[in-house]
Amino acid sequence: MKKFLSIFISILLLLSFVNKSNAEEVKDCFEGLNRATFAFNQGLDKALIEPISKGYRKLPMPIRTGTSNVLSNLSNLVTIPNNILQGDLKAAGLNTARLSVNTTIGIFGIFDVAQQMGLVKDYKKEDYGQTLGTWGVGEGCYLVLPILGPSTVRDSIGTLTSVLGGDPWYNVTVKNDTQYFKDSDYYVSKGTDGINFRSKNIEAFDNLETNSMDFYASVRSLYLQDRKQKILNSNKIIDTQDDSDWDDLQSN
Amino acid sequence: MLVKNTNFLFFLVFCLFFTNLSLAIEPDVFVQSTVNRASQTLSKDISKKEKMLELQDLAKDTVDIKGIGFYTLGKYRKEITSDQKKQYAILFENYFLKSFSSRLAEYSNPKINVTSKEKKNENYTIVSSILVATNNRPEVKIDWRIYTKNPDKPLIRDLIIEGLSLARTQKEEFSSIIKSNDNNISALFQSLEKFINE
Repeated sequence: MKKFLSIFISILLLLSFVNKSNAEEVKDCFEGLNRATFAFNQGLDKALIEPISKGYRKLPMPIRTGTSNVLSNLSNLVTIPNNILQGDLKAAGLNTARLSVNTTIGIFGIFDVAQQMGLVKDYKKEDYGQTLGTWGVGEGCYLVLPILGPSTVRDSIGTLTSVLGGDPWYNVTVKNDTQYFKDSDYYVSKGTDGINFRSKNIEAFDNLETNSMDFYASVRSLYLQDRKQKILNSNKIIDTQDDSDWDDLQSN
Repeated sequence: MLVKNTNFLFFLVFCLFFTNLSLAIEPDVFVQSTVNRASQTLSKDISKKEKMLELQDLAKDTVDIKGIGFYTLGKYRKEITSDQKKQYAILFENYFLKSFSSRLAEYSNPKINVTSKEKKNENYTIVSSILVATNNRPEVKIDWRIYTKNPDKPLIRDLIIEGLSLARTQKEEFSSIIKSNDNNISALFQSLEKFINE
């Protein structure tokens, strides 16, 4: 724990040099490389991820719901420390209760008993990138990571924090040699999480790709908007809510 | 004669007043009725091309295509000539109608329920709705940015899906095309033409 905290604090010190501005302009400092990685990821998606996602979708609904619930339950292990780091102790308490109830009564999270009990109605995942965002750290340059997909400098550091000790699930599977879990448990859970997400968005992705003149730019815009939304933890519409954007426009 | 004319005038003023009141459309009612119209088209037993044509008519009637077009141009709308603006307005309308109708035509009778509305100011109301979940995808929250400057003729200016603005996404896509071509607006026009003719 001490080691994790010292790493996290070092990262914070590093990040204090990353800009804190929240400029609207997209900072795509490595666009050439990002576009190449994006093309690679798209190839991988077409060859492997999309076909698997389509197959996954053919599984009976209760199996998909159960899998989704297990993954959502596991994500509490990263969400809870981030709730605390963001000062949201109420959410941390509720999510801890959710994790306890679902892992025990809900049989390792297969059944979302907590929701049925009304414990957590609208569970929101949190991660270290979001925590840094709530602390005022700017997103930095946009990045596309191989296999993992869209990110930013801030979010990548958040991901790194998870594998440097911030994710208890990673710690008990990969990092430490426990007799209960194997490394593969972590990678299978992350892979399934990706497939689960992709399977819910097959049509939306196809639609976006077909109707985009610059698919890369569309995905970048959607990712950055989504992260801002998640950091704000708000359902309020951002940016375009600023009426000055629309002020001098004439209508039909 | 004078009495008759006065009565007629009174009747006319009454009618105009009444008409004005009755024509104002509440944004949430407008959204639900637009959704219902789209839903009717999508559930018809006609070809995809016919559906797209009907959806394009619906878009012309309910979406502020010109407003969205100039919003998506961002800062460039202040830098281009009036001739380029005219050319862009035509290209964008064709692009938008094709993109809008082909996106929607893929859906078979989506169920959207309007849940609430929030008046931001005289010009804008945000209408919230839910796209009902199916076996293949979860429930989706859709907010509609409705331009209400003319309350008798509300118009859709943006769709915000799970907090992600389509207009903003489009704006950033267009900006990326212009920027990666040395800030040359013609590159965007070419891309639009290519999309329309594909």
